[in-house]
Amino acid sequence: MMLTLGHFLSLGAMLFALSVIGIFLNRKNLIILLMAIELMLLAVNMNFVAFSYYLNDMAGQVFVFFILTVAAAESAIGLAILVLLFRNKSSINVDELNTLQG
Amino acid sequence: MDAKTGLFYVFAAVLLFAAFRVITARNPVHAALYLVLAFFQAAAVWILLKAEFLAITLVLVYVGAVMVLFLFVVMMLDINIDSMRKGFWKHFPLAGTVGAIIALEMSYVLMGGFREPPKAASAPGQIGAQVSNTKELGKLLYSEYLYPLEVAAVILLVAMIAAIALTLRKRKDTKYINPSDQIRVKRGDRVSLVKMKSVVAAPATLGTAAPVEEKQS
Repeated sequence: MMLTLGHFLSLGAMLFALSVIGIFLNRKNLIILLMAIELMLLAVNMNFVAFSYYLNDMAGQVFVFFILTVAAAESAIGLAILVLLFRNKSSINVDELNTLQG
Repeated sequence: MDAKTGLFYVFAAVLLFAAFRVITARNPVHAALYLVLAFFQAAAVWILLKAEFLAITLVLVYVGAVMVLFLFVVMMLDINIDSMRKGFWKHFPLAGTVGAIIALEMSYVLMGGFREPPKAASAPGQIGAQVSNTKELGKLLYSEYLYPLEVAAVILLVAMIAAIALTLRKRKDTKYINPSDQIRVKRGDRVSLVKMKSVVAAPATLGTAAPVEEKQS
């Protein structure tokens, strides 16, 4: 049995669905929410790499490179905001973040 | 079933297990460590796909930098885990529904379109057969994608400055002096000459004032 593109795409899809469930479950913990977003990006990257391999196109891998860069920047700023939030409110519960009344 | 397929299934199983533990772990530290495991497994899968450079970058950037950052933050914050876990399964019906819908839709598309091996003219994995994956990627990055690469560098710089500026705290008891203020100071700012008589009449309440002054000093 050969490995097909479907195997890798299925793996990415399962990973993505798992992280969506994680975002719904961890409504109180902002750190786990950030981790679930990282997992989602990983699932998308998995698809990019798989397509790049099976279609013989390097552009997919270049795109993964840029996604990794942006994800690193995003998590750095997200964690900085998280630290600031905890300093001011002593909590990282998403439900308590209602200062803007949104 | 060749060795590569078996390896793929092992890596995929561990990856999904680690992802499951990330979203259900009680302790955020455990969640971060399971996320590290998930990244390692993803890197292994990418090596199966002959994307060595990205796999090593994933380990270096994510496991080496981002996850250490996560662990630092998790350990810095004093979180009450029990109150965090309250109502954890409250949203599970909604979450399960949405997750199942996503999985079903994706499996419908994937099983429909990608079941059979691709019938492309060239076999998969032909790129990088002559030169290494890193060299191939580098050639593209520094020629065709040079401008996006520089934009990515600027994004990283902005992220660094933003993270520092957000978390920088001004201490109130510091003795710090602004050097430019120090250089630009004039004699008039420090010493002021006051014109007054050379002989001043002694205060009338000298006897009562002196003890008070002593007490104050």
